[in-house]
Amino acid sequence: MSDGPGIDARKVLDSADFRRLVTRRWTISLLLTAALFLAYYGFILLVALDKELLARKIGAVTTLGIPLAVAVIVVAWALTAIYVAWANRGYDRAVDRLKRELGS
Amino acid sequence: MQEAQAAAASTSSTLGQPTAAAIGFFLLFVAITLAITWWAARRTRSAREFYAAGRSISPLQNGLALAGDYMSAASFLGIAGLVALKGYDGMIYATGWLVGWPALLFLVAEPLRNLGKYTFADVVAFRLRQAPVRIAAAIGGILTVLFYTIAQMVGSGNLVKLMFGIPYEWAVAIVGSVMLLYVLFGGMIATTWVQITKAVLLLFGVTVLTAMVLARFAWSPGAIYAAVADGYGQAALEPGGLVTSPLDAVSLGLALMLGLLGLPHILMRFYTVPDARAARKSVLYATGFIGYFYVIIPIVGFGAAALVGREVIGGIDKGGNMAAPLLAEKLGGEVFLGFIAAVAFATILAVVAGLTLAGASALSHDVYVHVWKGGRADEREQMRVARWATVVFGVLAVLLGIVFKGQNVAFMVGLAFAIACSANFPALLLSIVWRRFTTRGAVASILTGAVLTVVLIVLSPTVWVDLLKNETAPFPLRNPAIVSMTAAIVVGIVVSLLGREERAEAMFEDEKLRTYLGVGAE
Repeated sequence: MSDGPGIDARKVLDSADFRRLVTRRWTISLLLTAALFLAYYGFILLVALDKELLARKIGAVTTLGIPLAVAVIVVAWALTAIYVAWANRGYDRAVDRLKRELGS
Repeated sequence: MQEAQAAAASTSSTLGQPTAAAIGFFLLFVAITLAITWWAARRTRSAREFYAAGRSISPLQNGLALAGDYMSAASFLGIAGLVALKGYDGMIYATGWLVGWPALLFLVAEPLRNLGKYTFADVVAFRLRQAPVRIAAAIGGILTVLFYTIAQMVGSGNLVKLMFGIPYEWAVAIVGSVMLLYVLFGGMIATTWVQITKAVLLLFGVTVLTAMVLARFAWSPGAIYAAVADGYGQAALEPGGLVTSPLDAVSLGLALMLGLLGLPHILMRFYTVPDARAARKSVLYATGFIGYFYVIIPIVGFGAAALVGREVIGGIDKGGNMAAPLLAEKLGGEVFLGFIAAVAFATILAVVAGLTLAGASALSHDVYVHVWKGGRADEREQMRVARWATVVFGVLAVLLGIVFKGQNVAFMVGLAFAIACSANFPALLLSIVWRRFTTRGAVASILTGAVLTVVLIVLSPTVWVDLLKNETAPFPLRNPAIVSMTAAIVVGIVVSLLGREERAEAMFEDEKLRTYLGVGAE
């Protein structure tokens, strides 16, 4: 475990390509996490602070709150899908390229 | 039980009496899952197979199993009941149960899969000193799993009693023994397939129930809402008393969302897939299934309010847990009720099996193998200890279920999520992302999170007022997560900054190839 990385590994770790990959991964993760927080805690704070808005009727009896609650769930799933779509293409391609440089 | 039966009789429901349909479906489920266990037992020869199903589970299978591991009887029966009795508030609550999944993917799922072997403690202890970190992580993990298990066992005893009319102790003992058979002999392979079977049955059952409700209302949700508003006023479709103080609401939201990132039985499932890519895809599947479930379950709740009626639902069980079964009987007769009752039973079994495997792995893999034996235990010994730990944990679950009979344990689910989000999650995340994180920082963070959560929840209105019947509570929030998680993060950072751990810092650079590229991952 503590053998330390070989020469190839050192080269990959220090490469701009690898550093860019790690930075990009966390930038995207944190942006999506921020969007998730905005959607969910925004909804919760709306419930806590502005009940009248959620109680507003948008149909005969249907209130605005009902589609908003469903929207929180749909948005959460969509954010997941965005991450997976990005990672399946961009991230995995970079991983394969870097692994080839490692010769593994 | 007599009350329940009397109430059921007065509404001409067969609920609470063991009907042929209910027993038939239940026995069929047990027979199928035990056959799966027998098949799995012959494939469970190594620790890798026992804890991680040989890392051979596909993303779709793991997505279903994660859904089966997560969707408890509380989310199925409890949220349907909450929507039936309290209306829109139940929908607000339902959203909180899904939003942890994207966060789990963005922050921990892939690094967790790349760095660990069987438990989340593998990741926290990866470059730190094994013994202290493993012990602390096992404390956080076992507390989480224990409180979650007590809530599940007590809930299962009550539900099975309500639905099948069998005595509480018997119900708990049946759940305990069947679950123990799965885990003991079939390990993670059997547990995975029980969870997949349960998820498919639950999603199918709820979909049929939703379709039946919609068919009654000309396939228009608006017509259901109109019927609910007609019977119980427009207030049923508006936010009520669930969310009042913003701080309280955000604190509960944090526990539900980030607690998922510290649930040992969920995290453990990521080791059952071949690599980080499969782990990532399985979260997308799981989020899809679970999201679909939480979108349609309110329709079941509103349908129950409109078609069965709040008086009848509340008369049988104050918490409304029987809303979905009563609706099933109303729309599909005794046979469909039997099916839904068996699905609820299956739901409990699958969740408790996952919890037991997680509890056993903390005892055997983290404490016995890595602390007691210093990481040196051969395959046979690992398997022997894993099975003993399973028996210990399974028996403990049954005993605790019986000890807590008749107690109000609903708060224990919230407590389990609060400990997961305060003790387990900060240490897990910091160990993945922060070079300077040290052994002392990890231990201090985990212990602060665990102790503070338990102390604050005892002093909160949840326990201090509701259970201990005091006038006012010393700590104002019903769920302490916002305070206890923040404290755990701050303590973890401050204690780490107080002293350097050079070996851990050096290893952080090296482990990056494994964290981000999966080089050398198990």
